[in-house]
Amino acid sequence: MLRAELHLERGAFTLQASLAVPAGAVLAVVGENGSGKTTLLRALAGLERPDRGRIEVAGEVWCDTASGAWREASERSVGWVPQDLALFPQLRVHEQIAFGLAARGMRPGAVQETVSRWLERLSLGSLAQRRPHELSGGQQQRVALARALAPEPRLLLLDEPLAAHDPQTRAASRRVLREVSALHAGVTLWVTHSPVEALAAAAQVAVLESGSLVQCASPDEVVRAPGSPWIAEFLGLQRFSGQVLARESGAPVRVAVAGGVLHAAEAPEAAHTVSLLLHPHDVTLSLAPPQGSARNHFEGEVLELVPEPPRGDRLRVRLATRPALTAEITRQAAEAMALAPGVRVHASFKATALRAIE
Amino acid sequence: MTRHDGDRGLLAVAACVTAGVAALLVLPLVALVVRASPAALAARLVQPEVLAALQLSVTTSLLATALALMLGVPVAWLLATHRFRGQRALETLLDLPLVLPPTVAGLALLLAFGRMGLAGGALGAFGVTLPFTTAAVVLAQVFMALPFVIGPVRAGLFAVDPRLPEVARTLGASEWRVLRRVTLPLAAPALATGASMAFARSLGEFGATLTFAGNLPGVTQTMPLAVYVAMQTDLEAAVALALLLVVLSFGLLVALRALDPSRRSPRAPR
Repeated sequence: MLRAELHLERGAFTLQASLAVPAGAVLAVVGENGSGKTTLLRALAGLERPDRGRIEVAGEVWCDTASGAWREASERSVGWVPQDLALFPQLRVHEQIAFGLAARGMRPGAVQETVSRWLERLSLGSLAQRRPHELSGGQQQRVALARALAPEPRLLLLDEPLAAHDPQTRAASRRVLREVSALHAGVTLWVTHSPVEALAAAAQVAVLESGSLVQCASPDEVVRAPGSPWIAEFLGLQRFSGQVLARESGAPVRVAVAGGVLHAAEAPEAAHTVSLLLHPHDVTLSLAPPQGSARNHFEGEVLELVPEPPRGDRLRVRLATRPALTAEITRQAAEAMALAPGVRVHASFKATALRAIE
Repeated sequence: MTRHDGDRGLLAVAACVTAGVAALLVLPLVALVVRASPAALAARLVQPEVLAALQLSVTTSLLATALALMLGVPVAWLLATHRFRGQRALETLLDLPLVLPPTVAGLALLLAFGRMGLAGGALGAFGVTLPFTTAAVVLAQVFMALPFVIGPVRAGLFAVDPRLPEVARTLGASEWRVLRRVTLPLAAPALATGASMAFARSLGEFGATLTFAGNLPGVTQTMPLAVYVAMQTDLEAAVALALLLVVLSFGLLVALRALDPSRRSPRAPR
């Protein structure tokens, strides 16, 4: 179990975060470059000292500015894999893995046994005598993971260890990561750039924006109600910014956005400007005018059809409607309507499909 | 076209000057080799005075190198890893032996650690007399060699990716362990450079040694002093000693180049 309350100022940048992650869980940390993801991990590792706050891991207080309690990085049970992996250039693979064990005072015999176990677990046995520059990117990654995991840390901090590599390596790394979560009993914090990975592998997703933790929720909750415009775009949602035109009780709110007017079921009280989010799969396409109760209805030509990864049976359809919309439909539905660029279609969605965010 | 011609002119001038400089450096060495007759050389090299000077030079220089490393590495580490008030002033002070004429340094050392010197009285109370002893030779060499250790080692430690010591800390390593297992091994080329340069500087030290330690054969008369003395009376002996020093220094320079990749000539762009 990790509980952390952090407030940390570095020049003009302020990190403000409050976290609670149960043991064994993976928390994905997402956010733009410079949003404070790395700083958050460094503070938890003990490499940055918070100005105010408290860090508690498995009942041990690592930092409490109120009582003055502080544990150095070397006294915390953490495994840290920085973005550039930071393997020791002069050490062989088995020495990298042994480093943390020997540093924590394990006797040589036990170190050797533990190292061979981890070499085997991460399929590094044949590479034990290599130095980092003799390894591929994916192999270096596994060494960095083994080095961090071998001392069995309570808190595992992965700072985009999959960022710099090609798609094949990334796929392999995702497999490794799933294995890692199975091998690791403690809490894992995992900074990532990839929404697919974040939603697929994590029990919880934390969203950082300009140093502030704006949301910490389950992947389902983040998809349903994104906590910030950035995470909404990150997840492939459409975002409309506009002016609230009129508010009548009981009726949808009319919002003027670029190119047209949307009907939304909800909008913040007394807000004159508002951001609305729309899932492409909530947009229905038809060749004839829609018959349902959808309050939002637009007509326009199809611009292009894009397969939606990772499930190739769905298509994203970009439309020349005003405002510009994107619909997500199945391949079969697209074939049934003979959709192609230039075909005129009707797009509709319910007022409740639009979610307002601050 | 004009610009191209201008480049050529510059290249020609630089090439001529380089050839001249090379000649300036090589000619004296050639003169030294030409002047020596192999038979006389072999005979001189086994003379007791020559052997004594050689032994004294090598032992004091090795000792001075070890001491300069022991004293210089902690200073370099402090300067490379911490920021503190008065750091710039300290850095300037540490470079002082580089610009100080060696005889002036020797005189200053005498006034500080001599029998009548500032710290000499205190040393005398413990029964320690430095001037005109082998210890004084080593002290003079350490004094002159320290900047040659501190400079490269500081740069080498500073160049170590800060992420590596940080990872080592998260793996439970104490600061001592980080230094021993991560930082120093990664700065090994810089340590080797510093050590070689300190050794070369110690081997060639003349002015400070002469003024502070004197010129006592077998006690403080190192090779450079022996060369100078021999020149007055026996040029053959001076040449023999000088050649020996040249071989030692040149061998060291070649070793230094092989150790430190950053000192190799940059590749010309294609």
